[in-house]
Amino acid sequence: MNVFQEFFYWLYDAYGLNFIVFYDSWEFNRYLVGLTNTLYLCVICVVLSVVVGIAGAWLQTSRFAPLRWVVYCYIQFFRNTPPLAQMYFFYFGLGSVMPRITNDMGLQEPMFGNFEWAIIALTLFAGAFNVEIFRSGIEAVPKTTVEAASALGYSRWKAYVHIIFPLALRICMPGLTNNLVNLLKTTSIAYAIGVAEVLYVANQIWAVEFNVPEMMNLVLVTYLVIVSSFVWMMSRITKRMRIPGYNW
Amino acid sequence: MNSSDEKIQVSLRDVRKSFGALEVIKGVSMDVRKGEVVCIIGPSGSGKSTLLRCINALVPIDQGSIDVCGIQVNDPDLDELELRRRIGMVFQSYNLFPHRTALQNVMMAPIHVLKQDKAEVEQRARALLEKVRLSEKADAFPGELSGGQQQRVAIARSLAMRPEVMMFDEVTAALDPETVNEVLFAIRELAEDGMTCVLVTHEMAFAREIADRVYFTDRGVIVEYGPPAELFGNPQDPRTQDFLGQIL
Repeated sequence: MNVFQEFFYWLYDAYGLNFIVFYDSWEFNRYLVGLTNTLYLCVICVVLSVVVGIAGAWLQTSRFAPLRWVVYCYIQFFRNTPPLAQMYFFYFGLGSVMPRITNDMGLQEPMFGNFEWAIIALTLFAGAFNVEIFRSGIEAVPKTTVEAASALGYSRWKAYVHIIFPLALRICMPGLTNNLVNLLKTTSIAYAIGVAEVLYVANQIWAVEFNVPEMMNLVLVTYLVIVSSFVWMMSRITKRMRIPGYNW
Repeated sequence: MNSSDEKIQVSLRDVRKSFGALEVIKGVSMDVRKGEVVCIIGPSGSGKSTLLRCINALVPIDQGSIDVCGIQVNDPDLDELELRRRIGMVFQSYNLFPHRTALQNVMMAPIHVLKQDKAEVEQRARALLEKVRLSEKADAFPGELSGGQQQRVAIARSLAMRPEVMMFDEVTAALDPETVNEVLFAIRELAEDGMTCVLVTHEMAFAREIADRVYFTDRGVIVEYGPPAELFGNPQDPRTQDFLGQIL
């Protein structure tokens, strides 16, 4: 045992505070797996939901009305239903009707495992909000600025890429940060379909060790560190993108 | 400059445009020859700005025809890029792209739209900024420039596309009196270089000095037009007399 582990063992021994993951390396590795899975979920879902948001906001500006309706229905569905129910809908509902594939060992297995379903559900959930956030940013770009781009020969797409989106992104950074923070915290519901993320692993540990308060504190502190690091990163990006002479 | 054998670059025939039930342009015809400077004056709401927007297809017309450098603007299959590389437009509210420096604002369209070589465009952009006397502000963002400086960048940005015709839509209307002159100076130089210019303006003294021909519009029609000395010195129509009486 190293000094760190000895301290936590002493803490347990002397005061009954059982932070087992800090003195037992097997439990520590188990918690590390949970943390890694949570971080995977966070990174993948943040990136994919931003992509969904940008694509959706672009489609909403389409002149083809049915396309706009599809995006509208998507947003309404995911905004107005609880994320946990969505997660169940995907995993148990869609998961049971999806075709099964044969793996290398010749066994039948589902096309998507619970981790993939968690990514799909969380991405679509946060993506719906991101579409609305990017749309509000796009609408806040002055019409006259877009007109100037047209007068210089910019096509709709080029104006979007070079002018409208860069400005919209700056306008919607605060809202985007908010929603992505919400997404990071919502990754914990992947627990419900058995994804071994932080909360799931903590539960497994306390089920054996009966150290619920200690593990819950550890889980909360873990999220606190993840979310506040993310917020710090986003505010750095926001500052870097700030335009001199403007408030956004 | 005034020679009537120069070729016609902008030609309007019986142009009509309504917004809903409101007809803002009620049959306007005019010709602008290469190298000519034409000023359009008239009370607010007489359709002057809409007319300019019709000429570069920012606003589609309902009836009549518009021809710019051999391009039929009212053609449903109009190649907007072909039109807009020939006709530049400067707006009342400058409409610079706030997230790019003055130099980048000038360089953007030739690179993005015309796909010209970056080094060659930069050379041209720097020369244009020097022409509008803003070389030292090349790396400033629009938010760091005064209104007059922003408007001169907007002129340089438009010129970077090497247009054959330039349109100015009340470009000094948002400026304070001291900075009006620096913008007018830039336009005057442009006109002296032989650029075809169409200006909507409330600067009567400037119109009188610079224009080859002045059009007075009221309620969507051209009331009368002629050389500035005649129109300002001896207006024929009572409406023109009334307007000039109020403004001069």
